[in-house]
Amino acid sequence: MPASARGASSTRSGRRRFNPSILGVLPFLIFAFAFLIIPASYLVIGSLQDKTGAFTTQNYADLTKDGVGGPREAYLTSIEISAVTAIAGAILGFLLAYAVISGGLPKALRSGLMTFSGVASNFAGIPLALAFVFTLGSNGLFTVLLRDAGINIYDSGFKLYSKFGLELVYLYFQFPLMVLIIAPAIDGLRKDWREASENMGASTFQYWRYIALPILLPTLMGSTLLLFGNAFGAQATAFQLAPLVNIAPVLIGKQMSGDVLHNPGLGYALAIGMVAIMGVAILAYSVLQRRSERWMR
Amino acid sequence: MNQPKRSRLVWWVVFLVGVSYFALPLLGTFFFSLQAQPIYAGYTNILKDPGFYNSLLYSFIVGLITIAVSILIIVPTAFWVRLKLPWLRPYIEFITLLPFVVPPIILVFGLLNTYSHPPFRLTASNTGSDVLLVAAYVILSFPYMYRAVDSGLRTIDVRTLTEASQSLGAGWVRIMWQVIFPNLRVSILSGAFLTLAIVVGEYTIATFLGRHAFGPYLSLIGGNKAYEPAAGSLISFGITWIAMGLLTLIGRGSRQRVQVAGAR
Repeated sequence: MPASARGASSTRSGRRRFNPSILGVLPFLIFAFAFLIIPASYLVIGSLQDKTGAFTTQNYADLTKDGVGGPREAYLTSIEISAVTAIAGAILGFLLAYAVISGGLPKALRSGLMTFSGVASNFAGIPLALAFVFTLGSNGLFTVLLRDAGINIYDSGFKLYSKFGLELVYLYFQFPLMVLIIAPAIDGLRKDWREASENMGASTFQYWRYIALPILLPTLMGSTLLLFGNAFGAQATAFQLAPLVNIAPVLIGKQMSGDVLHNPGLGYALAIGMVAIMGVAILAYSVLQRRSERWMR
Repeated sequence: MNQPKRSRLVWWVVFLVGVSYFALPLLGTFFFSLQAQPIYAGYTNILKDPGFYNSLLYSFIVGLITIAVSILIIVPTAFWVRLKLPWLRPYIEFITLLPFVVPPIILVFGLLNTYSHPPFRLTASNTGSDVLLVAAYVILSFPYMYRAVDSGLRTIDVRTLTEASQSLGAGWVRIMWQVIFPNLRVSILSGAFLTLAIVVGEYTIATFLGRHAFGPYLSLIGGNKAYEPAAGSLISFGITWIAMGLLTLIGRGSRQRVQVAGAR
């Protein structure tokens, strides 16, 4: 609906006159500016200053610095963990959602799984990290049980406090998130499409290859991107479980708490770099989401 | 759908693998917590710890204030935009989605930078830091609250309701309070429970603002005690479970989907 639908708001020149009803959204805008947009802009400004406050782009150049514990390593590890858990979580979540929706399993399992996924996708941070420590940490319940049974998983190279351990733990909130976002898309696969393809002699493989997957593809890719962003921004879980694994959110946390605070400008640049990566992921997600809505009723 | 037996078996296996991955850490934590002497000591000790009560109570109060502020900002805004400024809606929606792009660690970094020096030195006092914490949580709640309220508004005829109230002589406050809020009860509550699930147990922002909330408390005892943190983790899981359970219960009547939150 155009702004002039209720009359009185356009002049002959076509310019919009000041519309007093815009004042109604001022409280929201003031709040968002004060506690989100201005603080975020502060980081942008800080990232473009050196220690004396003069303009510089050196902080961004420093982001690519090599070395153990450095920003480049942190970004690469963060991206790797997020990508691995996003793809694995997307595949597992899709399979699980498909199993309860179209796999011929009892109906009750579906609502149970959906509720549980709602809980599990919110069960992140400190309690999640602790739960894995008690289960698979070096003195965790299953580690000890297996050790008593003669299998020492820590001798065979497994370590919970590592990149792989972090991925295992992140999957715990990635996988249910995928179940929640993919379920409506699986619901949207209409039975008649499958029946029509079967009537025309298509095999199960052909149905998936030429009908179901092309329809689901934008949703699947979009959901994977959302999962990527979900893992990329997570800080508490990693900080509790494996503070020595160098990922971007933990490195920023260390900069803030002063552990390695040699260069605040670098901290700001690190933060802006993260926002940029998250922004690209979320933007691509919303584009794909819009595409996939064509097939949903 | 007529599934062949063999493929149904495959889906059962997929389901059971998924469920055991979900269940193992919870079972592991539970049985680990029972290794204390006597077996319930982990739970009784944590329940006796004043730090547990104080931090949990603090987080709950912060959560409730967050919900109240978030409702007071989002509901009138979403209502007003639908009624008077539909062209503004994509922009407002964009702003409410920004917290997905600015993760908590970045948000608190920015807040500390902005409010640790004049003119607004909020971090200097406890009250100021509490205000910052609530403000940050309100920002985190925006995507969930706005989406819940906006989809709720879609199901009611805002214009007719407003005009009917106005012709009966109601002012804006009365329209909001006696017409819009009651009609959006389900949406508001679902946004509220989701916010509560996110806020209680939040760690990153609370830690960097130096607040003694439940998340930092759990992290602290996680580092120096054995059975109490196991009990605490399960209690925290239980709180999330209750919040999400209430959300599904409320949402059952309306046709809304269970919403999705991000990780911390």
